[in-house]
Amino acid sequence: MIKNSAAEMAESLASGATTSVALTQAHLDQISKVDGKVHAFLHVDSQGALEQAAQVDAARSRGEKLGPLAGVPLALKDVLVQKGVPTTCGSKILEGWRPPYDATVVTNLKNAGVVILGKTNMDEFAMGSSTENSAYGPTHNPWDLTRIPGGSGGGSAAALAAFEAPLAIGTDTGGSIRQPAAVTGTVGVKPTYGGVSRYGLVAFSSSLDQAGPCARTVLDTALLHEVIAGFDPRDSTSINAPVPQVVAAAKNGDVKAMKIGVVKELNGDGYQAGVRQRFEESLELLAKAGAEIVEVSAPNFEYALAAYYLIAPSECSSNLARFDAMRYGIRVGDSDGASAESVMNLTREVGFGREVKRRILLGTYALSSGYYDAYYGSAQKVRTLITQDFNNAFEKCDVMVSPTCPTTAFKIGEKANDPLAMYLNDIATIPVNMAGIGGMSLPCGVAPEDGLPVGFQIMSPVMQDQRMYSVGAALEAALLSQWGAPLLSQAPSLGGAA
Amino acid sequence: MSALTYDDVMAKYEPVLGLEVHVELNTHSKMFCGCSTIFGAEPNTQTCPVCLALPGALPVVNEKAIESTILIGLALNCSIAPFSRFARKNYFYPDMPKNFQISQYDEPICVNGYVDVEIDTDEGPQSFRIEIERVHMEEDTGKSLHVGGSTGRIHGADYSLLDYNRAGIPLVEIVTKIVPGTGKYAPEVAKAYVAELRDILRSLGVSDVKMEQGSLRCDANVSLRLIGSDVLGTRSETKNVNSLRSVERAVRGEMIRHAELLNDGKKVKQETRHFQEDTGLTRSGRSKEQAEDYRYFPEPDLVPVAPDAKWIETLRAGLPERPSLRRKRLQEQWSVPDKEMAAMINADVLNIVEETVLLGADPTKARSWWLGEISRLANEKEVAISELAITANDVAEIVSLVAQGELTDKLARQVVEGVIAGEGSPAQVIASRGIKVVNDDGALMAAIEKVCSEQSETADKVRNGHLPAAGALIGAVMKETKGQADAARVRELLLGHLGQA
Ligand SMILES: [Zn+2]
Repeated sequence: MIKNSAAEMAESLASGATTSVALTQAHLDQISKVDGKVHAFLHVDSQGALEQAAQVDAARSRGEKLGPLAGVPLALKDVLVQKGVPTTCGSKILEGWRPPYDATVVTNLKNAGVVILGKTNMDEFAMGSSTENSAYGPTHNPWDLTRIPGGSGGGSAAALAAFEAPLAIGTDTGGSIRQPAAVTGTVGVKPTYGGVSRYGLVAFSSSLDQAGPCARTVLDTALLHEVIAGFDPRDSTSINAPVPQVVAAAKNGDVKAMKIGVVKELNGDGYQAGVRQRFEESLELLAKAGAEIVEVSAPNFEYALAAYYLIAPSECSSNLARFDAMRYGIRVGDSDGASAESVMNLTREVGFGREVKRRILLGTYALSSGYYDAYYGSAQKVRTLITQDFNNAFEKCDVMVSPTCPTTAFKIGEKANDPLAMYLNDIATIPVNMAGIGGMSLPCGVAPEDGLPVGFQIMSPVMQDQRMYSVGAALEAALLSQWGAPLLSQAPSLGGAA
Repeated sequence: MSALTYDDVMAKYEPVLGLEVHVELNTHSKMFCGCSTIFGAEPNTQTCPVCLALPGALPVVNEKAIESTILIGLALNCSIAPFSRFARKNYFYPDMPKNFQISQYDEPICVNGYVDVEIDTDEGPQSFRIEIERVHMEEDTGKSLHVGGSTGRIHGADYSLLDYNRAGIPLVEIVTKIVPGTGKYAPEVAKAYVAELRDILRSLGVSDVKMEQGSLRCDANVSLRLIGSDVLGTRSETKNVNSLRSVERAVRGEMIRHAELLNDGKKVKQETRHFQEDTGLTRSGRSKEQAEDYRYFPEPDLVPVAPDAKWIETLRAGLPERPSLRRKRLQEQWSVPDKEMAAMINADVLNIVEETVLLGADPTKARSWWLGEISRLANEKEVAISELAITANDVAEIVSLVAQGELTDKLARQVVEGVIAGEGSPAQVIASRGIKVVNDDGALMAAIEKVCSEQSETADKVRNGHLPAAGALIGAVMKETKGQADAARVRELLLGHLGQA
């Protein structure tokens, strides 16, 4: 039952073949069995989940009209606040904090009857590409427990790959949904910036952060997308327009007459051979399905990484200033006579990890008077150029595609002491955030040399998210008919239930 | 250090002013969240995830605050920017929940305005133009209460209490360009400017403008330069100036303090100073020698403010008359002496007097009711005039009844008292109290004859030409008629009756 897609689970619930309580319990059981090895979850809310499931079952038995995902369980990235449930953002500094309010995404999930199983592990404050930066220990990739599950949303992706949940929420600032999806053989979507409310998403970089749906199939991702998306008056950057018809696009999966632009700059040198091979094969499948493949160029993408590492740290240095030991989270050194300043300094010293401190320092420096124009100012200009690159390319194609990551999952610890190598992992995903457009990663096979999943990235223009779902669904169908079974069936068993 | 007189200062130096005024807007909700802004609530009861800066919370701009700010800008003759942005001003302080303040930096909403203020000089009234550099929006901080220690400051305190009710209340900052050329009148000009701003803001209805509650706060920048020099001196910034009188005292005090330092060959430190109400002096605050780096950058959680040009024109068309111009106009129209005009302004009755006059009352009568009897009753009850149960309509009606001879002044006072006591409209009070002028000569003659026979000795004195004795008889007649007679008519009839007409 737990290996089904969310859409199939929803069908079983609707037909009465199972109940949400049974389904939720099955996933809680799987979590007990495998999460000791995977460590996808920071907090499992068994009681809350079962109560919510019982409510959905009761509503269904009363004949109430329910949403398409009502009663299906979900794993929530620990960067979104949920009332009364511990929210740490993977940081020591928030240990023990129970938010008094729900993020809009959480409100939408609850209103749709989606059952929230618990909070998933992540790089501290979403800063990282491996989930190794969590203050609570790394998450392990279900494909190979010695490897990283990607990051920052490694917990959400691993939970899907380990069948601990059929649905998950991630957040994507530079690739934190798509890169974990790629390295775990799952599907992850970063919607258009402003498509999903950021209210209650603990900010890393406000102008880049975007919550999005994660699942094991394109359709499941689309179903979840429509549950969480939409205008929110509490988020000024939220877009006041109808949600793109992503479910219809995912069901249709038609790419005939669509032009697919292959980004010249996001391929070649630095990309693993197996990654390139699976990517090329996927292009052929899309061409067979009726799409026209064209090459597009984005010359300014080469500056994206550098600009990102000025903008994101600058915003984070300000966003994380609120963690001052005054109102929530841990408080260190609050002994008699200690000044507020020393308590704040000690708390931040103890509460933040190395990567977070590194970025706060970088950002503080970049925003300093005398450096602002050269760093933050120039980075904003690069951002405009990248957006222009996308606009130009989208005149020649409907969507753009690339491998999601240059490589498959690397070993835990392999890049932990080399931040630059780590940052390079996001080279193909970052431009999407810089331009505020939509991006999806779906599995396109395993690399022959290491047997690890490869991600295929699809990028669509602002508020044209349905396009990436059309292409994703077409590719997924073509691959499935080739493989005969979902890619995840090739992953090693973790000893959980079938 | 030598003790300088103000004249000594003026003999050598020229003051240059710069004034920053912070105004708390009187919107019902805060700048970026829906929390109430009512003053004086229990600490931390008017807070929410947004104004407590809980992780994940996001600001949303209060439209009403933008409208108020544009109104202020228009009233101060500013240009309204078609596109302006919020920025983050980053610094750590416990009473600022986000550890950054959402403010405006290089793209404020209103720029380049002016205000003309008039003061009395040795040469008569003189007008000074104060140029406005910018008007921008920001949010207030919370309040810290430092307990223990001698200074009430954070250093040396045993502990501090934080109240975030004020955090996020909309603030508008109005910054002048430098103000040279005020000479020895600098303190008066500073005071007149703040007073003029206060009146303008009050007329716009955008703020309570209560300096004592901190809804209007002034920081006074003062520097001196040698007369004839065009190089600006080092300025000090005096905060905590909580009344109009203090603005004047603070500027004067700083001018003298600077002059003393300069005369002694010392340097004025660029610093923040705190005004002390009791001594009229300032004391040193945070030194600004190492200018704090606020790392301003555009607030990514908010979209730019781009007010519609039509909206701005609608607001401009609805601007009230400038208070100072209105005062001049009314004074002329009503021919009020300066002193009485000042009294009306002080008693805050100008609006209601105007309203009464517009309802047809004679300006002098209207003024004397509001400033006289009604003010007296308000004082007696220790409430504001606006809290009394009497309206401009009631007073206009009473004035009209007196003019028609339906009421005497004395009866009218009883009616006013009745209305204030909550007995209803003037007509209702007159009816229920049975108040009416006795102008039936027959009834008056009967009373006169009765009194004259009762007090025949006095009546005889009058008959014999001793007219002052008539007063006692008139009083008795008035008493007999329960004060409802017109005293002049009584006198006329009485004297006729006693052969003295
Ligand atoms: Zn609030």
